[in-house]
Amino acid sequence: MPNTIHIPTPLRPFTDKQESVEVSGATVGELLKDLTTRHDGLKKHLYTDDGRLRNFVNVYLNDEDIRYLQKEQTPVKPGDSLSIVPSVAGGVL
Amino acid sequence: MGLKLESGVADAIRAHGVETYPNECCGAFYGRDGVVSSTYAMPNTTELGPRRRFQISPRDYMNAEKRASELGMEMLGFYHSHPDHPARPSQFDLDHAWPSLSYIIVSIKEGVPEDMTSWRLQEDRSAFDQENLTHA
Repeated sequence: MPNTIHIPTPLRPFTDKQESVEVSGATVGELLKDLTTRHDGLKKHLYTDDGRLRNFVNVYLNDEDIRYLQKEQTPVKPGDSLSIVPSVAGGVL
Repeated sequence: MGLKLESGVADAIRAHGVETYPNECCGAFYGRDGVVSSTYAMPNTTELGPRRRFQISPRDYMNAEKRASELGMEMLGFYHSHPDHPARPSQFDLDHAWPSLSYIIVSIKEGVPEDMTSWRLQEDRSAFDQENLTHA
């Protein structure tokens, strides 16, 4: 059974407008890597130049924030789903 | 590319900015094909000082997307206010911007709304482009 990643509205232009993408891998990091391999345009919006997830990118495994699990090393089971959820932020300074 | 604001949209954004002044307000807006017909005021959950920053929590973000489905519209972008600062995006705005959305900024000076502008992140994330903002 494949895994799915839910894609938020601002990133859907990079996934041919798909709301979710089927991916495969053994960890959260591998699923995300599979996603950015299939849809290369996502990479710069999810990762910094040195390859770390941007801090305003939240990733949930099922309903749990991966920051409170084992981050990108968190193992996944068949059928688990990931959600990418933006933190929207800004300000005058 | 540009945004057209239907009647009442600009007033709703300005009113929210006045209501939260001297803190920043924030919210989402919805419509179709670049025409904005609805706004959604959201809580500013920043822990970095709401006079200078705003943040929309992941949970509130998910509610904003859900609302788009309920309205049968697209979520076209987010707005926020710049209290006592110009309606131009900051480096912090740029660092945290998402692609393919419009960012409306309203300047609130001493509690009174002034300029309103709209911006889109460039493809390579290096800068914002200002987009034309018109009123229906």
